[in-house]
Amino acid sequence: MSLKRKAIALVSGGLDSMLAVKVVQEQGIEVEGVNFYTGFCVEGHTHAIRKKDAKKEKRNNALWVAETLGIKLHIEDISEEYKDIVINPKHGYGQNLNPCLDCKVFMVNQAQLMLNRARDLADDGGFDFIITGEVIGQRPKSQRKETMPLIARESGATDRLLRPLCAKNLPPTLPELEGWVNRDELHDFSGRNRKPQMELAAKYGLDEYAQPAGGCCFLTDKSYSDKLSDLWQARGERRYELDDIMLLKVGRHLRPKENFKMIISREEGENRFLEGYRKAFTHLVCTSHPGPLTLIDGDPSEDDLKLAARISTRFSKAREATEATVEIHYKGGVVKPLNIKPMSANDVKPEWHI
Amino acid sequence: MNTDAVHTATLDTRGLLCPMPVIKTQNKIKTMENGETLLVIATDPGVKQDIPTWCRINGHEVLDISEKQLDILISIKVER
Ligand code: SF4
Repeated sequence: MSLKRKAIALVSGGLDSMLAVKVVQEQGIEVEGVNFYTGFCVEGHTHAIRKKDAKKEKRNNALWVAETLGIKLHIEDISEEYKDIVINPKHGYGQNLNPCLDCKVFMVNQAQLMLNRARDLADDGGFDFIITGEVIGQRPKSQRKETMPLIARESGATDRLLRPLCAKNLPPTLPELEGWVNRDELHDFSGRNRKPQMELAAKYGLDEYAQPAGGCCFLTDKSYSDKLSDLWQARGERRYELDDIMLLKVGRHLRPKENFKMIISREEGENRFLEGYRKAFTHLVCTSHPGPLTLIDGDPSEDDLKLAARISTRFSKAREATEATVEIHYKGGVVKPLNIKPMSANDVKPEWHI
Repeated sequence: MNTDAVHTATLDTRGLLCPMPVIKTQNKIKTMENGETLLVIATDPGVKQDIPTWCRINGHEVLDISEKQLDILISIKVER
């Protein structure tokens, strides 16, 4: 009997990687999945934060895919190492701040390292190759015909990287040449048309799957990328901490002046989430009327805080009142009450919204 | 049942959002032996779904899930 070959699959939680796994599983390959947490993943987060989504079923799609396909899944936290990719992508960005090409190279390289590690451990059978759900032409920047060999080369995976969904459009890889998988039963998908994937899903009886619009992470989102650019510009350097990028997903962000930004919660769930950051930020709480929690990021003067208080009450029940009381909680713990007149709608400049 | 005392180890993931609690659970369990028990404390409601799924995939047993005020407590038995 021939040796059972093993593959490690990049599992994002979306349909393409799910199908890629299924295609090689059908050929008798044993598959384990790996999913990378970059800090920008769409998974969970905002749903977990916002109350209006609280009733929706929350699940991690990568885990769900793994369970559906009956494979093991390793989830790796790469958020620290990933900063370098976002801040300084060798191959540049896509439409927004998404460094898709570098990201892919990085992830395949991580899988390659896992493959090497597993091989070194004699007791583990090891992995023979890596699979991804990439499709030529699906993404304008990272999934082009020229980028496929580039990802294979720069990641170090070379001919051990198989893309089951578009393999027939690419030169044969080691698993095909060695006969571990039958090239004839792989696919030749290309372009942005999703129909072949849906048909294949139907053929496999997979009728429920996640369809992320645009991409697998927040960096493909314009408004998110705008907030990140604003953060970098305000700080005068391209740098971020994990908390920064979490906060970019939550609340209304307004920058009335260059030296400070306001993060205003939009509802109860966000309020609760932002409360976790109270100690780290100067923040505003309206005490005379029900209203949102507002965090202040940056270096505001006393006058700036007064302006911020007037703006934040615009988003509270005090918006029509002639006077409201706002407590300024300074970062060090000092609290100062302030009586102000809530700003009128017309005075909140559209360009303040980030 | 869900107290620190009866578990081999406790993992506090309060304030972290999914998938971080799952990743921490995974990494902690990697260091544990068959039959040992882990108590995970979390605040993201997503864990009620994700940690049991992760356990099913990897063959560990969820002994109990309970809530105490804002904390979610998940008790897991490591199976190797
Ligand atoms: S969308 Fe995000 S996670 Fe997906 S390849 Fe691009 S940068 Fe990476």
